[in-house]
Amino acid sequence: MKKATKSLKYVYLALMLFFLYLPILYLIVFSFNDFYNPSKHKDVFINLSKWNGFTLNNYGTLFKGAAGEALLLTLEIAGISSVVATVLGTAAAIGINSMRKRTRTAILNVSQLPMVNPDLVTGITFMMLFAFINSILIKMGLDQIGDFIKLLIAHISFSVPYVIFSVLPRLKQSSDMLYEAAMDLGCSPMQALLKVVIPDIMPGIASGFVMALTMSLDDFVVSWFVANSPVLSVHIYSSARMGVNPALATVIFIPLVTLLLIVNLRRIAREREYEIQNKKVKLKDKAQ
Amino acid sequence: MKRRAFAYPYIVWMILFIAVPMLFIFYYAVTISGKLDLSVFWDTLKNPVNWKLLLDSIVMSLKTTGICLLLGYPIAYILSNMKKSVAGFISVLFFVPMWMNFVLRTYAWQAILNYVLPSIFGSKGTFTGTEWAVLLVLVYDYLPFMVLPLYNTLSKLDKSLLEASRDLGANGVQTFGRVILPLSVPGIVSGITMVFIPAITAFTVPVMIGNGNPDFFLYGNIIEIAFKQPTPNYAGGSTLSIILLISVFVSSLIMNRFDKEQIQ
Repeated sequence: MKKATKSLKYVYLALMLFFLYLPILYLIVFSFNDFYNPSKHKDVFINLSKWNGFTLNNYGTLFKGAAGEALLLTLEIAGISSVVATVLGTAAAIGINSMRKRTRTAILNVSQLPMVNPDLVTGITFMMLFAFINSILIKMGLDQIGDFIKLLIAHISFSVPYVIFSVLPRLKQSSDMLYEAAMDLGCSPMQALLKVVIPDIMPGIASGFVMALTMSLDDFVVSWFVANSPVLSVHIYSSARMGVNPALATVIFIPLVTLLLIVNLRRIAREREYEIQNKKVKLKDKAQ
Repeated sequence: MKRRAFAYPYIVWMILFIAVPMLFIFYYAVTISGKLDLSVFWDTLKNPVNWKLLLDSIVMSLKTTGICLLLGYPIAYILSNMKKSVAGFISVLFFVPMWMNFVLRTYAWQAILNYVLPSIFGSKGTFTGTEWAVLLVLVYDYLPFMVLPLYNTLSKLDKSLLEASRDLGANGVQTFGRVILPLSVPGIVSGITMVFIPAITAFTVPVMIGNGNPDFFLYGNIIEIAFKQPTPNYAGGSTLSIILLISVFVSSLIMNRFDKEQIQ
């Protein structure tokens, strides 16, 4: 009986995982499909309904044309915005941590806005902000803000809070004295920060950076409202009717899984060590 | 230099790009080309079509949230009872799809609903453009967001409480109903907020899975259309967004109340 419920549990988990991965696997399988059918179509026609035969061609054409440009833009925006957000957010967290409670609460409440607001609202607020700024710039006879800068500002803004909220708990754990001690021992504020405080909160900074990177790579809604030049997700959305090269799924999925597994395996390894330690303690207790 | 100063660049950024943009919603709702004009604001508020859509979206979103909770709770519960090292690995598998591009996954469902499922069920037509298809994809998209907070809460549950409940004579069902379920309310509450509000605004699913049929529109769709049409209707769209923000605020107040009552 007990064994039956146990295997039932695993069956349920397996079914749910199948449900979650079905569309991803579907795209990955069809990324090896030969869409080019010389007898019927002259052009490559992406149709996910029928298997025509194995090919690697889809990976060759992946980075050409509009999809390639979109992918490049996505990577540029994600790379730059996550680095800027990490620097800005880490500095902010260090500053906020030493503030009085009331100022700190006020700043953190505003910072939470992009996290609690529906991303639709974040998207339209940026759209209106840039429309407003550009209308002023036109009146002054200046150049308008371009799509790249718009995307960059928007992506930095919605990822900074995630960095702040991953760094702050680390700062709370580390001692306030460290910074003062480093200064007493002759460090300049900058040196104290770089040599003492930052190394101490590095895990928080790292997870904040990964959050910022994935938030930016994954964003669709904000980019859709902010700019006309398409990032990858916007490109997929607007060309969904014509068909999207499914090889994109593999190209996004594999690095993502690798990144997440690396981050988590380290944590898992730590937990396993802890578990083993616990068992040893229990065994000792029993022995005594 | 005081440490506070490290936060100054961010504070400037925050005011310019987080606080000020929010004010634009209120500014554009009541102005038309720079002049105070409440006509569009009132027209939008008075239009019953918008309110009906909001109500329909709330119902759809409640269905999504309910199904996610029913499917997600057992997942989180089973995971929380596994050995930590195994659960750590399997739980990562459940959260990976969260980070996989939303639009791409919805696009894949489009293909599955159009080609795979009809051929399995021997149907000639396609399954996109139906309400259940929209609901299915909404549940798919938000299920991990429900499992994550539930798993976090359940795995931190003090296991000795369960032993105590057993020792005091409760059977498995009683232990679940009287101990585990009440203690997991914070996880349920944050799971519901992580699903309910985003699902109201998920405008891509009705477009891609509902075939753009207005019958399946969610509230997010009219906001999206107001802003992305060739000549954007800032006043109307902003007013609709204010209604949305108020609904979000009210629903989070309700959820917080549940959370607090439980703690007391």
